[in-house]
Amino acid sequence: MTAWRGADLISIRDLGREEIEKVLDRAQTIRPDSSLLRGRVMASLFFEPSTRTQLSFATAMERLGGSVIGFSGVEGTSIQKGESLYDTIKMVERYADVIVIRHPLEGSARFAADVAQIPVINAGDGANQHPSQTLLDLFTIRRFCGRLDGLSIGMVGDLKYGRTVHSLATALTHFEGVKLRLISPPLLRMPPRILEEELRGKIEFEETEELELSDLDVVYMTRIQRERFPDVEEYERVKGAYILDLEACRQLKPEAIILHPLPRVGEIDPEVDRLPQAKYFEQAASGVPVRMALLSLILLG
Amino acid sequence: MEEKEELKVSKIAEGTVIDHIRAGRAPLVLKILGIEAGFPDSVIVAMNVRSTRYGKKDIVKVEGQFLDEEKINKIALISPQATINIIRSYKVVKKDQVELPKRLVGIVKCPNRNCITNSPEGVETIFHTEASAGGPRLRCHYCEESVELAEVELL
Repeated sequence: MTAWRGADLISIRDLGREEIEKVLDRAQTIRPDSSLLRGRVMASLFFEPSTRTQLSFATAMERLGGSVIGFSGVEGTSIQKGESLYDTIKMVERYADVIVIRHPLEGSARFAADVAQIPVINAGDGANQHPSQTLLDLFTIRRFCGRLDGLSIGMVGDLKYGRTVHSLATALTHFEGVKLRLISPPLLRMPPRILEEELRGKIEFEETEELELSDLDVVYMTRIQRERFPDVEEYERVKGAYILDLEACRQLKPEAIILHPLPRVGEIDPEVDRLPQAKYFEQAASGVPVRMALLSLILLG
Repeated sequence: MEEKEELKVSKIAEGTVIDHIRAGRAPLVLKILGIEAGFPDSVIVAMNVRSTRYGKKDIVKVEGQFLDEEKINKIALISPQATINIIRSYKVVKKDQVELPKRLVGIVKCPNRNCITNSPEGVETIFHTEASAGGPRLRCHYCEESVELAEVELL
C-alpha cells in the first residue's frame, strides 16, 4: 500500500512504518469539522455486535460531518433470510462511500474488499485482524511515551488467543530498538507461528511467566476471554492468573503507562484506575481521533 | 530420465512422464491425475526407485494424458522437485521442472474451519506462496492462516 486515498484497511500486515505514521500524525492533528466529510456515507455492517468499535467509528464519521447507515447484529436484516455476504456488499456499495465491517468469519473483510468497488475497513474478522485497534494502541503509546522507537513493552495475560497483542507485536516490528516481554502462563503463550513467522529476527523479545514490570515503558494487559477456550476447564484454570493490582503496580516506573483494549473482566483492579500510569480509558478515547484520521485519509487522501 | 531406470519400466508412446516425484508420493500424483479403478489408458508406476539426485524417487507414466496447469500446480505442491516430460512417439519432446506458483486458486483447502472459504458463502480458496526459513509456505489470502507444504490438503 502506498497512498491512503481509496485504499482498504484489512490487515496490519499490509501496513509499513510510513503508512502507520501517516495515520498517527493525522490523528494527532485532526479536530471535529462538520464540513470535512459532509454528504459522505459510511456503511457500518456489524454482523456481530461490538459496542466500542461500532460507536467510535460512528462518532468519528459524525464528527467530520458524514452520516452513518448500517446494522449491528443480523436480527431483522435480510442476512437472517439467508442473503450472502457477497450480495450484501454489492447492495451496500451502491448506497455508501466507505464500508466498515465486523464479521465472525476470518477472511470476510478481505473478501468484502475484493468484491466492493468502494473502500472497506476491517473492524474485526473473527480471530484474525482488527487493524484500527492496533493503530489506536500505537497512537496511545506514542502520545504518552512520545515515541515508538526504543520502548520496552510488556504484554500480559492471554497472548495465545488475544488478537490485539498479535497485531500490536507485528506492527511494532516496523520500529527500531523495541523490546517485547511476553508475560503469560505456559498455556497462553504467544503461538509459535506468530513468534517464528512474524517476530523472530525482526524484533527483540523474551517470554516469561513472571509479572516483572519494573523496567517497562508500557504494560499492555489483556482479557482472558472465555469464548476463545475450547473447554471451560482450561478457562477456569488460567483465569485471573495475571492480575494487575496496586501491589503489582509498585514495580512500575513513574512514566510507564498501563493499557488494556477493554472490556476488562477483573485483570486490572479498579483501584489502579486512579494511578497516573492508568491510560486505558484514554486509549479507548483514542479510538475516535484515530478512526477520524482513517476515514479522512481513505475518503479524501 | 536416467538410462538405468528406463530399463526397469517400459516406455510410453504418447503422454506424460512425471519423474523425480518425492519417494512414496506416486499414489498422491495418481489421485491428482484422477487415475482410479476403471481408468482406460496405460499407467506405469514406479515407487522408491534409485535416483542419483535424490536417493529415492517415484515415477508415474501416463499414456495419452497431457497435464493442465492446475494439475501441474498440484504436483508442485506435493512434490516440488518433480519434472514433467511430454512424450511424443516414444521421445521426450519437452521437459519442465514443476514450479510452485505465487498464487494458488481453488487448489488447496484452508485448514482454518472458521475461514470464509469453509463457509456456505462459497468463496473459492486463494493461497499465496511465501518464502520462510523452513522452505516455502502457503498463506490464505482471506484469513491469513499459514500452512506448511507438508500439511497441505488438496481440494
